[in-house]
Amino acid sequence: MAVTEKAAPPGPAPHQEHPGRGNRPDQEGWHLNSPLTLTLLLLLVVVFQGPVRGALSTPVMQSWMTVFVAVVVQALPFLVLGVLLSAAIAVFVPPAFFARALPSRPALAVPVAGLAGVVLPGCECASVPVAGALVRRGVTPAAAIAFLLSAPAINPIVLTATAVAFPRNPEMVLARFGGSLLVACAMGWLWQRLGRTDWLRLPAHAHHHGETKGEAFWSSVRHDTMHAGGFLVLGAMAAATLKAVAPAEWLRTAAANPVVAILALSILAVLLSICSEADAFVAASLTQFSLTAKLAFLIVGPMIDLKLFAMQAGTFGRGFALRFAPATFVAAIAGALLTGAVLL
Amino acid sequence: MFLVGAALLHAGTTNLYLRYVKAGLQPLILAAGAVLIVSALTTAWYEWRARNRAKSDQDHAHPEPRISWLLVLPLLALILVAPPALGSYSAVRAGTALQQPYGYMKLPKGDPIPLNLVDYAGRAVYDHGRSFHGRSVSIAGFVALDAKGSPYLVRMALNCCAADAQPVKVALTGKIPPVLQPDAWLQVTGTYTARVTHDPVNNGPIPYLNVTDAKPIPVPSDPYDESWNN
Repeated sequence: MAVTEKAAPPGPAPHQEHPGRGNRPDQEGWHLNSPLTLTLLLLLVVVFQGPVRGALSTPVMQSWMTVFVAVVVQALPFLVLGVLLSAAIAVFVPPAFFARALPSRPALAVPVAGLAGVVLPGCECASVPVAGALVRRGVTPAAAIAFLLSAPAINPIVLTATAVAFPRNPEMVLARFGGSLLVACAMGWLWQRLGRTDWLRLPAHAHHHGETKGEAFWSSVRHDTMHAGGFLVLGAMAAATLKAVAPAEWLRTAAANPVVAILALSILAVLLSICSEADAFVAASLTQFSLTAKLAFLIVGPMIDLKLFAMQAGTFGRGFALRFAPATFVAAIAGALLTGAVLL
Repeated sequence: MFLVGAALLHAGTTNLYLRYVKAGLQPLILAAGAVLIVSALTTAWYEWRARNRAKSDQDHAHPEPRISWLLVLPLLALILVAPPALGSYSAVRAGTALQQPYGYMKLPKGDPIPLNLVDYAGRAVYDHGRSFHGRSVSIAGFVALDAKGSPYLVRMALNCCAADAQPVKVALTGKIPPVLQPDAWLQVTGTYTARVTHDPVNNGPIPYLNVTDAKPIPVPSDPYDESWNN
C-alpha cells in the first residue's frame, strides 16, 4: 500500500485529517465549509505542483496513475447510468409494480430476477446502485442479489464480447451464461435461507416526503454518485496498485497445476477489477491456462472484485459486504467448476 | 461534483480521453459529464430555493459522505498531471497478447506497405508472411527494452480502458538505431523474416522485423490499438 500513499500526495493528507477533525466540536463548521476546503486543497496543489510532478514521474507511478484514471473514467459513465436508473426506480416507479411483476414466492422470484439481468446493458458498476434501489423499493433482497450478480455477466453486450474473444470456443459463451445464472440463483436462494435483514444496512436516504418528484430524483442522483463514486475511486486505487506492481511471471508457474490455475485466475479476477465487457479479451490472452480456469475468471470477475466490494460496502453496508463477498467467491468458483465439467 | 462533470467533458472533447479508454466510449463520457453538471446545478438551485422558502431552517446541512472526498483524487490526477498512456514499463511486464486473426484484408499497394503493428505481427506469425510477397512494410509503435536489453516495437491493444490494455510486441533486428530511448515512438520500415521468438512472460509468439530504416514520430492521437473492438 506504500505505493498508494506515495501516489497521491495531494489527496490523502487532507483526507486523513477529516476523521480527526470530526471528533472536535467544530465538526459542523467543517461540513458547512466543504466548498472552502475544496478551494484550499486545489490552491495548495497548484502551489506545490512542481514537487508533486517530480514524485509522480517515475515509471511505476505513471503507470499506476494511468490505470487509476482509466478505471475511474471508464466506470463513471456506467455508474451515472446506474445511478440515473436507480433514481428513476426510487422516485417514479411505485412499489406495487414490483409486487406485481415478480412472483410472490421468493424462491420463484430469484430466477426471474436473475434472468431480468439480461436487460441491463452495462458493466458491474451500473448494477450495484440499481440493486440498492430495488431493495429500497421492497423487492426481496434475495431477488435483488440474484439481479446484482447476474446483470453484469449475462447481458447481450458482454456475451457478444465473449464470443468475439473466443472465436474457436463458442461453448464458452454458453458456459458463461449458464454458470453465471446458476451462481446468481444459488446466492439468491442462499440469502433466502441464511440471510438476515439486519446485515443489510442501506444508508438512509434524504427524506423524500415534502419534496417534489424532481427534487427527490436529483437528490437521489447526487447522493448515489457521491457515495458510490467515492468507493469506486477506492477500488480503482487498489486495482491500479496491483496492475502496476504485481509481477506477471508467477502466473506461469501457477498455470502448471490445474487446481492452482483455477484458484489463481479467480483471485486474479478479484484483484484486477476489469470491466465485465472487457474481461473476456484478457482471459483469452492468458493462453497458458485451461478453459475451465478461464471460465472461473469470467464468472468470478463480474460478481466480486475489489472495486465491486468497495461499492457494495458503500451501498449495502460493511457487514453485508464482508459476509457476501467470500460466499460469492466460493459459490462462483464452484459454479465455474460445475459448468466447466458439464460443458467444456 | 460540478468539477468532476466538467473534467469529464474536458477530457471527452479534447483527445485526452484516448489515453485511457477506447474511442467508442466518447459519447458515454460526454453524457455522463453533462448529467453530473446538470445534477450539480439542480442541487444548487433547489438549495437556493429551499433557503428562500424557509430562512429559519438553518441546520438543514446536507453532509456529504466523507468517502465522496476521494472523488477529488482522480480529478486532481486528470487536471494537473494528466498521466500519459501506458508505455514500455507495462509492456515489458506483460506477455504479448497476439491472437490469430480471423482473416487477412487485402494489403494496400505500395512499397513499403503502411501497416498496423498488430496486423503485421498477426500476418508474420500465423500467415508466415506469405501476403507480403517480399515487399517491405512500415509500422509504428513505441520502443521497449526487455531485461536483457533486446529491443521491441510495441503497441498496446485495448478493449475497454487502459486497465485491460495488453501489449503486442514485434522484436527488432537488422539496422537498429544505435540509441534507443524506451517509450519513444518510431516509424520503422523493414522486411519480414521467418524468425520467431517467444515472450519470456507468457510464452506467446513474437515475430521479428528486419529493420532497414527507423525514424522518430510524435505520439499518435490514439496511442492504443483498437482493431479488436469491432
